Amino acid sequence: MWERIKSKMTLTTIAMWVIGIVITLLVIYGSAVTLIRGKYTGSQWLDIIIFGFAQGGIYALIALGYTQVYGILKMINFAHSEVFMSGPMIGYFVAIDLDHTGFLNAQPILSLLIVLVVAMFISMTVAVVLERVAYRPLRDAPRLVPLITAIGASFFLQYFFKGLFGSNIKVYPDWHVLSGKWKIVGVDVLKAQVIVFVAAILLMVGLYLFMQRTKVGKAIRAVSEDMGAAALMGIDVDQMISLSFALGGIMAGAGGVFYALLYKQVFFLMGFVPGIKAFTAAVLGGIGNVPGAMLGGFILAIFEAVGPNLFLDGLGIPAPYQLKDVIAFTVLVLVLIFRPTGILGERIAKRA
Amino acid sequence: MKERKWHFWQSDIASYGLILGVVVIAMSLVGMVVSFSDRHFISGVITEGQLLLFLTVVIVGYLIARGMEDKSPIKVALSGAGIGLISGLFLVALVLLINIKPLDLRAMFVNASPKLVKALTFDKGLETGFIYLLLTNIISGALGGLIVVIPGVWGSSLANGALITILIGVLTEIWKTFLPRGVSKFLFVGRGFSVVGFIVTFVVMVGFLIFWGFYGQSVSSGYKKAEAKQPTGVKVTTWVIGLVFFLLVPRMVGSYLSEVLDMVGLYILMGLGLNIVVGFAGLLDLGYVAFFAIGAYTMAVLTSADLGLFHLTFWIALPISVLLAISAGVILGIPVLGMRGDYLAIVTMGFGEIIRLLVLSDALKPVLGGAQGLTRIGRPVIGGLVLKDPPQFYYLIFAGIVIGWYVASALKDSKLGRAWMALREDEDVAQAMGINLVSIKLLAFGTGAALSGFSGAIFAAKINSMVPHTFNILISIYVLSLIIVGGVGSLPGVIVGSLALIATPELLREFAEYRMMIYGAVLVGMMLFKPEGLWPEEARKRELHAEEEAEARPAAVSMERGRLERTGRSVGGTIDGSS
Repeated sequence: MWERIKSKMTLTTIAMWVIGIVITLLVIYGSAVTLIRGKYTGSQWLDIIIFGFAQGGIYALIALGYTQVYGILKMINFAHSEVFMSGPMIGYFVAIDLDHTGFLNAQPILSLLIVLVVAMFISMTVAVVLERVAYRPLRDAPRLVPLITAIGASFFLQYFFKGLFGSNIKVYPDWHVLSGKWKIVGVDVLKAQVIVFVAAILLMVGLYLFMQRTKVGKAIRAVSEDMGAAALMGIDVDQMISLSFALGGIMAGAGGVFYALLYKQVFFLMGFVPGIKAFTAAVLGGIGNVPGAMLGGFILAIFEAVGPNLFLDGLGIPAPYQLKDVIAFTVLVLVLIFRPTGILGERIAKRA
Repeated sequence: MKERKWHFWQSDIASYGLILGVVVIAMSLVGMVVSFSDRHFISGVITEGQLLLFLTVVIVGYLIARGMEDKSPIKVALSGAGIGLISGLFLVALVLLINIKPLDLRAMFVNASPKLVKALTFDKGLETGFIYLLLTNIISGALGGLIVVIPGVWGSSLANGALITILIGVLTEIWKTFLPRGVSKFLFVGRGFSVVGFIVTFVVMVGFLIFWGFYGQSVSSGYKKAEAKQPTGVKVTTWVIGLVFFLLVPRMVGSYLSEVLDMVGLYILMGLGLNIVVGFAGLLDLGYVAFFAIGAYTMAVLTSADLGLFHLTFWIALPISVLLAISAGVILGIPVLGMRGDYLAIVTMGFGEIIRLLVLSDALKPVLGGAQGLTRIGRPVIGGLVLKDPPQFYYLIFAGIVIGWYVASALKDSKLGRAWMALREDEDVAQAMGINLVSIKLLAFGTGAALSGFSGAIFAAKINSMVPHTFNILISIYVLSLIIVGGVGSLPGVIVGSLALIATPELLREFAEYRMMIYGAVLVGMMLFKPEGLWPEEARKRELHAEEEAEARPAAVSMERGRLERTGRSVGGTIDGSS
């Protein structure tokens, strides 16, 4: 037994395990210190976790786009974070116009739906155009080529939107129905967070059913299983790829509006960090796998929401909130090292 | 003969015209037209903003004409004019939309301003302005189309002459520092050409190019003959002339341009490093700025008088900075050993962000200065001379580039370099051939990091005080863009790319505002149309154009044979492999 383990051990795997164990120990130690000190009350923890759920819904919605595209093209759509940004950016102008005309307060739910639909449509358009212009001509190119294209497209879109709409931070108008709290099973929760969480779940279930139950969904899955065979079965591969970009865009656009509801603001760089995190979520859940993306989104968001207060604080790090993003990146690296297939994934990330 | 009925909506004119229309509208709304309009290209005649628009129309006109089967002058000019008309109509529509008061386009598009209207209508009022706008667009399109018709040397000389003239006109300030006062007064008015100056420059440039087109061959073949006769002599002379030129540059150009050259130089240094990682070994590293930051911060922490932790001199801190960058490169390389392509890119980008967040955080503030950064970083001292101003730093950076260049070119032809290229082409096959992937990957990360850290250390000493916001992901993207533009894996490409991408925004402030947008577009455009870059590496070019070369194979093989025989390497394997 020992011989077998020893034969598999190289210096690098040992080093990686050491890093992993050290980080785990630090997390456990930090959490223990914080919990023993009792710095936060139970309801504070609950607030943090509920926020994590709402945030997780957004990550999951974006992650679906990465997963959809990866499932078919085996490439990471680097510009997906800008697909996410574009929807709420245009949605903002619709929202303030509705606010100015007083429609927003007269028909809050309807106007929210309008903003949502506009944002989803814009994000979808951006995603589809992106695929058509930047990715389709390069489908057979060496692997680095579409990746570099995606990076270029990502930065182009960011600064294109900056040029069009200015670099200032745009504050979404207030929805009065969304402010305030609800009491759910004796716990006070912010309305916006509940709505975001529920709506995200509904959308994801919708997508899941679409993929599993409809003929088109089946066709997309067939294309992601084997492009050549799907083509032979009479499936229009190009169209299905376009469609999966469109679906990813729709989800990302919705996620973007939810993001704007939680944080109240949009600007041209807003996609970058949520984009990387959603990608982390997709990898964590198992890339190419729709339920995995959802699961990864929630796990990552809760981890990230709890993390700064739980273990970074306990380790005695000043201003732990600043290092919130470091947690997500560390999770990404650790997952890729120790379980590149993710929680639910079957495909091997290393092969990618 | 009965011709098929011509449908406008199915014609190239419609599709090209629509794309062009969208592009010119986007350029207007993004603000490029307005911000370039403050400068005149030809004083009183045309602004640079308008030039930008018309140039776009010319290029699309050229593209549509090039794709046509029947290249008769009339048809070519007509289709060029057609797309010009469409783009003109788009712009007219845009101006009308801006002028509809209740719509208030400006509430959404910040650049849909009266200034844009003024720039688009030549400040002549709407009616006359529209006629001007339509006519200029139509003429530009037709001109673009006609380039195709003019044969051989004449056509290319005209087109290139126009491009060079535009380059001269756009960078007026630089030429003013070189040229004698009388000449520049004759050629330029304000920040643009005078009318006469424009005509003279254009004619001279075109004339020279035509001359070169007919007689240039003999000049370069004369050089080649001389090289063949006396290989070392000519080579040494070329090198010496080049060296003397580069050493004299800061004397000639003054402090401002030296500053620009310093920035270019620092990026060349980084580009040489990233070129090893991405170009040689094919490992796409987006966190490259991390090593630049590590080099810079090590230099700062070790020498800053503010912190007072250490009081080392520049020359002692320099190797330490490089060593730390190397170790960081290797340490960050270990976790990503098993990752490829996309994953590697995103994880290294994550590393870059982690380093930046750590530097910014309050947690490390006592050592790294937090968000305020560090000041009073040590200056390099050479024999009692403290290096302070840009021309002095130029020499330091130049020396750095010489070292970096030597390292990169030596590695390229070494056994290690070949192992890297095998890794780039196919990781599994490389491993099967007995290459130790772990060590060559770590070596690539390490050498890349070394050059980046080196650049960072000089950068820290040069700007003397620094803020962590300097070290964001954009730097990694700049460096990536410049090696892509120059040609992945190509050493001269790094210099070409740095000059094109780093010097331009430094010299053209108006350009700097749209820097990232243009870089993004350039990355996409290069990948779509010219993936091998402007100054490609031979092997890369062959690989990316495999199909086109399949037809021209015999020629390629014989060229390859010639090249290999000249350099005295074995011939058989390569040719067997490629046929």
